[in-house]
Amino acid sequence: MFGAHGTGDTSGYGGLVRTAVSAGSSQRPYGGYFDDVADDLERAYPGFSDAIERVVVDRGELTLHVKREKLVEVALILRDVLKFEMCMGVSGVHYPENLGRELVAVYPLLSMTNNRRIRLEVSVPDSDAHIPSLVEVWAGNNWHERETFDMFGIIFDSHPGLTRILMPDDWAGHPQRKDYALGGVPIEYKGATVPAPDNRRSYK
Amino acid sequence: MTTTDPYAPSRETTEGTVFSVTGGDWDSLVQEIGSTKEERVVVNMGPQHPSTHGVLRLVLELEGETVTEVRCGVGYLHTGIEKNMEYRNWTQGTTFVTRMDYLGPIFNETAYCLAIEKLLGITNDVPERASVIRVMMMELNRISSHMVALGTGALELGAITPMFFAFREREIVLDLFEMISGLRMNMAYIRPGGVQQDLPEGAIPKIRDAVSQMRKNFKDNTTLLVGNAIWLKRTQGIGYLDLAGATTLGITGPVLRSTGLPWDLRKVQPYCGYENYNFDVITADTCDVYGRFLIRMNELEQSLRIIEQALDKLEKLEGAPVMVLDKKIAWPAQLALGSDGLGNSLNHIREIMGTSMESLIHHFKLVTEGFHVPAGQVYQGVESARGELGAHVVSDGGTKPYRMHFREPSFNNLQATAAMSEGGMIADIIGAVASIDPVMGGVDR
Repeated sequence: MFGAHGTGDTSGYGGLVRTAVSAGSSQRPYGGYFDDVADDLERAYPGFSDAIERVVVDRGELTLHVKREKLVEVALILRDVLKFEMCMGVSGVHYPENLGRELVAVYPLLSMTNNRRIRLEVSVPDSDAHIPSLVEVWAGNNWHERETFDMFGIIFDSHPGLTRILMPDDWAGHPQRKDYALGGVPIEYKGATVPAPDNRRSYK
Repeated sequence: MTTTDPYAPSRETTEGTVFSVTGGDWDSLVQEIGSTKEERVVVNMGPQHPSTHGVLRLVLELEGETVTEVRCGVGYLHTGIEKNMEYRNWTQGTTFVTRMDYLGPIFNETAYCLAIEKLLGITNDVPERASVIRVMMMELNRISSHMVALGTGALELGAITPMFFAFREREIVLDLFEMISGLRMNMAYIRPGGVQQDLPEGAIPKIRDAVSQMRKNFKDNTTLLVGNAIWLKRTQGIGYLDLAGATTLGITGPVLRSTGLPWDLRKVQPYCGYENYNFDVITADTCDVYGRFLIRMNELEQSLRIIEQALDKLEKLEGAPVMVLDKKIAWPAQLALGSDGLGNSLNHIREIMGTSMESLIHHFKLVTEGFHVPAGQVYQGVESARGELGAHVVSDGGTKPYRMHFREPSFNNLQATAAMSEGGMIADIIGAVASIDPVMGGVDR
């Protein structure tokens, strides 16, 4: 009832394994204006099938999974032909179990002309965490890319000044990655310590 | 160097002479800088500066009083809210998000809760009364937030009286917040599935009184500032940013509307039932600080209109639920405010402690473990007082967010500082930044 699976152990010590599952590709028709967006993009961009790895429609939102080599091309078409004038920034997500595609950058796009929203997603391996910068396409992505670099260590190639923005300049590590070590706070009582939040008793 | 000033010692570096000003003897500093051959001066303004709207640091490159380059330094208020939320359940998250943009807590909570509801697929199950209360709270919040923007903005440009008026009005709103939620700021009042508690007894007449009081009070600042010759000189043509600049920089909110584009998510992509209210989207076509000031002033009246319509609806919805009926999501206790301002539901305690073991188990599980949210990701934007506040929420199917990201309008809009200020006078930076109305708690999260 409350999501207890397997042993039914509800003590909170049931072994914290958190794997994120991503929705599978969607089939046409996508519904709403999503078909128009896909059609327009296919018409305006001949390399569509090569550049777009997956099209996902979930909870009334359209996500295009783009190969990183093609990201700038697709972004330019989306901006100039499909009139997605605004990019609402970048949000990084870290999936350590998703081997070869550990780091994901998510770009929510907004078209004010057509009053539409879509989302671009680019995934890259942790060992080669490079994504081309979109600052040339949407200047407002400047700080957002710096933030994603700061928090996840994704390197946005050809960004005009990719430095940390929220953490101090000399900070080591990228705090919002799942493998970032969290500090426990030592308590001065018979040598006991409070474990870091990710090792504490917790429910899945 | 002729004299040594104990308050403004100087030292030579490869970049030139560096002065550290720690005291008040500005005359000798000016004299010393005047004696150097360098025309170009780099000034570090903030993060501790009364007119940078909190801990914002501006690095200014000046030639005389002309600004040739501006760079912002942010991050001084970073609290790791997004990371922290990954270790708290979905309901506890409201307590975190409310503290991001501390002048617009209700917007943060609403964006977060709407995103969760979208993930849960219960957007249409949220009771109407809860949605109306959310709208009313958001519009009250817009007034209190705009009041700080107007009051501090005027104060930073040297006008003190508007600030007194603005904070008087803000106080009225904060008193209403206290009456409704028990807290003046950081209320964590909007919860996934509805709101924390229903309006207290006698709230609607009190809010009506406050609305008419505010409508009367707003005239004071209007008479003081609109058309005021000094105010016009400090704001007209200052901080110019046109539509093309705003679009590429992703600018939303009053700054975008000051370019003449009537883009307001409440109208174009309504949420919480905004399509059922009559109100106008206020624009200006001057692209400057004065236009943004006028937009905020006129949005106050629109917010009052929405609040009045919400009150009418609330009267008709008296006694309707304010939380989804699904007991697997709804926080079990409907708290009631006691005389001490804190609350508990005595009936609920009686039930779980005295009569039903199953109710106790259910309560315990829901409060300690929380509810599960199906895996997936959503993006939900709301029109906050500063622009589009977007919540990007990723769930892995657990009782906690897998990843939370907020697209903060302050964070994004602050990027326009350079475009607005470079080439202008140093004194006009203050007006330009004030017209963006950044809240550093939101910028740094």
